Amino acid sequence: MATQNTKTLARVMMAPSVILLLIWMIVPLAMTLYYSFQNYNLLTPMNVSFAGFFNYQYFYTDPAFFQSIWNTLVLVLGVLAITVIGGIAIALLIDQPIFGQGIVRILVISPFFVMPPVAALIWKNMIMHPGYGVLADLAQFFGAQPIDWFAQYPLLSVIIIVAWQWLPFATLILLTALQSLDGEQKEAAEMDGANAVQRFIHLTLPHLSRAITVVILIQTIFLLGVYAEILVTTNGGPGYASTNLTFLIYRTARLGYDVGGGAAGGIIAVVLANIVAFFLMRAVGKNLDK
Amino acid sequence: MGSITLKNVSKTFGEAKVIPSIDLEINNGEFVVFVGPSGCGKSTLLRLIAGLEDVSGGHIMIDGKDVTDAAPAERGLAMVFQSYALYPHMSVRKNIAFPLKMAKMDQAQIDKKVGDAARILNLTDYLERRPGQLSGGQRQRVAIGRAIVREPSAFLFDEPLSNLDAALRGTMRLEISDLHHQLKTTMIYVTHDQIEAMTMADKIVVLNRGNIEQVGSPLELYKTPRNLFVAGFIGSPKMNFLEGEYAKSKGAKTAGVRPEHIGLSKDSGLWSGTVTVAEHLGADTFLHLDVDGIGPITARAGGEFGASYGDKVFLTPDDSKLHRFDDKGLAIKA
Repeated sequence: MATQNTKTLARVMMAPSVILLLIWMIVPLAMTLYYSFQNYNLLTPMNVSFAGFFNYQYFYTDPAFFQSIWNTLVLVLGVLAITVIGGIAIALLIDQPIFGQGIVRILVISPFFVMPPVAALIWKNMIMHPGYGVLADLAQFFGAQPIDWFAQYPLLSVIIIVAWQWLPFATLILLTALQSLDGEQKEAAEMDGANAVQRFIHLTLPHLSRAITVVILIQTIFLLGVYAEILVTTNGGPGYASTNLTFLIYRTARLGYDVGGGAAGGIIAVVLANIVAFFLMRAVGKNLDK
Repeated sequence: MGSITLKNVSKTFGEAKVIPSIDLEINNGEFVVFVGPSGCGKSTLLRLIAGLEDVSGGHIMIDGKDVTDAAPAERGLAMVFQSYALYPHMSVRKNIAFPLKMAKMDQAQIDKKVGDAARILNLTDYLERRPGQLSGGQRQRVAIGRAIVREPSAFLFDEPLSNLDAALRGTMRLEISDLHHQLKTTMIYVTHDQIEAMTMADKIVVLNRGNIEQVGSPLELYKTPRNLFVAGFIGSPKMNFLEGEYAKSKGAKTAGVRPEHIGLSKDSGLWSGTVTVAEHLGADTFLHLDVDGIGPITARAGGEFGASYGDKVFLTPDDSKLHRFDDKGLAIKA
């Protein structure tokens, strides 16, 4: 892009995709913003009027609001902790030369290919179900009372399911980072008298820091919007115990037929997500500059 | 202290026998260079001594103690790697201090040792930088610094200068030699560059296909190579090997004449040849010639020798410096 000519050409060539992206993002955002200031209930679709900040006030004073934010936070942090720690552990394991390495790696990565509702349904009906679940069978085998996961630990159950889905992604990114660690550095550390644990702390972990940053950033973006797993399993309950912000918006807009309230919730979610993104980029994004 | 003894050391990787069997004695304080073409097993041998590879057979002794099964860190050796292998996320100070920290030395002592090492290696101004911010030569010095703070009984260098440019390589060569004179510690140095071997070594070990071809001081190898391989490997440009009539007249299968032992003249001489390439370096002139009835020969003239492509030149080999080899490639004693 050295000359004026190529710059103009580049702009023209990029224009369609940029315009498309803008439409796809700006139009829904603008509509959401618009609806958030309207009294618009699907039960009385003819009575649409300007609402001012009523929708925001309504959503904010919803007793589930703070709990859903708290749940969102627990969900994101819980899944991040499991996937990062578990991902490092699995990556370290499958980085070892073993028989059938290729197949093992594909198996480890496969949960990522399963669609969220399907995965959640399998977990719900085949693994965590108190009657026919594998975990219930296991508990009975040991003579223990089977756990009704979705009733007793609804949020933890959702965290486990979502973590299971994202673990392969973290493993994959961390494994590639692990493989790029220079062999001579490991040997140098060995000569310097560092044992396996010290080598991990002083050499492997710093080397992985950038990959960990990438995993945290990307996963946070997606984990803020977890929805399908909750809808299929707990439906946000019992009560609001496993309702996150996304699900609360769904609840308001679709179950309460309140488009205006849902839109206001959506705008609040966007603002909160941006605040999180801002701090995240400042806190961990610095790692990427090195 | 740092005497190292190898007894019948062998190494196989699966089917491949990289080192059949090696016996070697390295005395305390010696600068030993392992030299050989790529794939001759010299790096493997060094890694066996370091403990980074397990021997397939034989014993390694350091200061009379059998360390064959000891972990690398227990052998009291320090190694400088080809890629330097510095820890990229640590400052120079932390890199150098790392082995001391692992040895759980107290901080005041670490600071003192790092300071001393930095002074010896001219790194004092760079202690807070990261390896990524240093030049190749500086990184090399940090790697050496990390090795010397441990006060090892011997240093192992694995082709440490091969990533540097020619000028820097010359400087670092001097610095490492100088360091050896200061520390008086045993050093084992692996290289494929025979100039590094000739200039730095007390003792050169020439390796070929996992076997030791000859062990000796640089000049011993230069003057009395034991066989064709050593004769061809030591010396630059390479020794000329002549077969046929001339060799037969000297009572040998192969006659070896070094380029610097051929007299050049424009008027008369034993052989006559045509210049194919002339390299004028100022201090030396290297002529690549096509000699009538013998074939391609390289000859060196001190100073400037005015000849260029296609010129006719006469050559006379110095018979007193002739090397003779029998049909097994072994040198015939005069």
